[in-house]
Amino acid sequence: MMKITVYGPGCKNCVSLADHAKEAAEELGLDAEVEKVEDPAEIAKAGIMSTPGLAIDGKVKVKGRVPSTDEIKELLK
Amino acid sequence: MIESLADLVVYNWMGLDAATRLGESVHFFVYDVTKILVLLSIMIFFISLIRSFFSPEKTSQVLSHKNKYVGNFVASVMGVVSPFCSCSTVPIFIGFVEAGVPLGVTFSFLITSPIVNEIALVMLYSLFGWKIGTLYLVSGMAVGIIGGIVIGALGLEDEVEEYVYQVESDGPSEEEKMTWEERINYAKAEVKDIVSRIWKYVIIGIGIGAIIHGYAPAELLAKYAGQGNPWAVLMGVGFGIPLYSNAAGTIPIAEALLNKGVALGTTLSFMMATVALSLPQMVILRKVIKPKLIAIFIAVVGSAIVGVGYMFNFVDVAFNIAM
Repeated sequence: MMKITVYGPGCKNCVSLADHAKEAAEELGLDAEVEKVEDPAEIAKAGIMSTPGLAIDGKVKVKGRVPSTDEIKELLK
Repeated sequence: MIESLADLVVYNWMGLDAATRLGESVHFFVYDVTKILVLLSIMIFFISLIRSFFSPEKTSQVLSHKNKYVGNFVASVMGVVSPFCSCSTVPIFIGFVEAGVPLGVTFSFLITSPIVNEIALVMLYSLFGWKIGTLYLVSGMAVGIIGGIVIGALGLEDEVEEYVYQVESDGPSEEEKMTWEERINYAKAEVKDIVSRIWKYVIIGIGIGAIIHGYAPAELLAKYAGQGNPWAVLMGVGFGIPLYSNAAGTIPIAEALLNKGVALGTTLSFMMATVALSLPQMVILRKVIKPKLIAIFIAVVGSAIVGVGYMFNFVDVAFNIAM
């Protein structure tokens, strides 16, 4: 199973990033779990300072912006 | 072009007469709002393109090797260009400390970032002109640099929450290699995001500005907040700190106040206090620093802003910039 992690303290951008990620996984029919990390210390631990951030299977792919659903699909492939 | 658009909307569609006071004010309002939103969109686009090269992660690596003074200066410059929304304050703070950036240098970044940014600069240059715009840019950075140096010199490392020092990151995450197409998409997304967030403030700010233009008693304001009152700067900063707004909402109000005879330094320091120090920001900072450091932060930044205010009032009397 794939693990998608969304890093962000819960602002608007983080919520829309999580939504995009869920949509992308669903549209690809992937067995993926979307996890949200809101604790600032955990976010910093992942090496992310500009939120929101997105990691796939523990590897940070995007930070500081909200990628579109299509872009996340590309990353998931 | 914007002028004729405003003509069309106000005189043709709304049927207002250009010769009346109401028609004139509504026209002024529509013209200003449109002009500023168009300029903002263009500027945000280009600054976001530049910004896509300066992530906070990269910034922290640059700053961890810098010593005091040079570090404070570079941090302040980075504060102007870095992407930074208030929701990132805590991760940025922890990330900086973790990367070994000195506390004072970290504060130079955090102080400058909300005071000077592209939104503030666009509004200042278009409403006040280049002289005051540049003065604001330089003095905003000065507040960040001096504030950071003072906080650094006080040795307040103990006033940071302990857990911040215990965070050990797996090292900065890999820098994304963005293509030009991605940078352009990022810049477009930023325009959409920022404009959709601030258009209300622009409208409210220009609206209040228009009311002040039309109805505020100039003699009264000039008497209490003009050059004649030595306490005006202190009062302006005192009013500004609890008021919370961003640059987009504050600048049109400041412009109207300046026109009504409020002194230049008083206006600028009121504006800076409003955007630099606010309750929501203190609540966010409280997650990483102890109350004592928050109090010191407010005192140091507040005094620096008061200093800027008096300096400008003095410079303005000597050189008459505001006119």
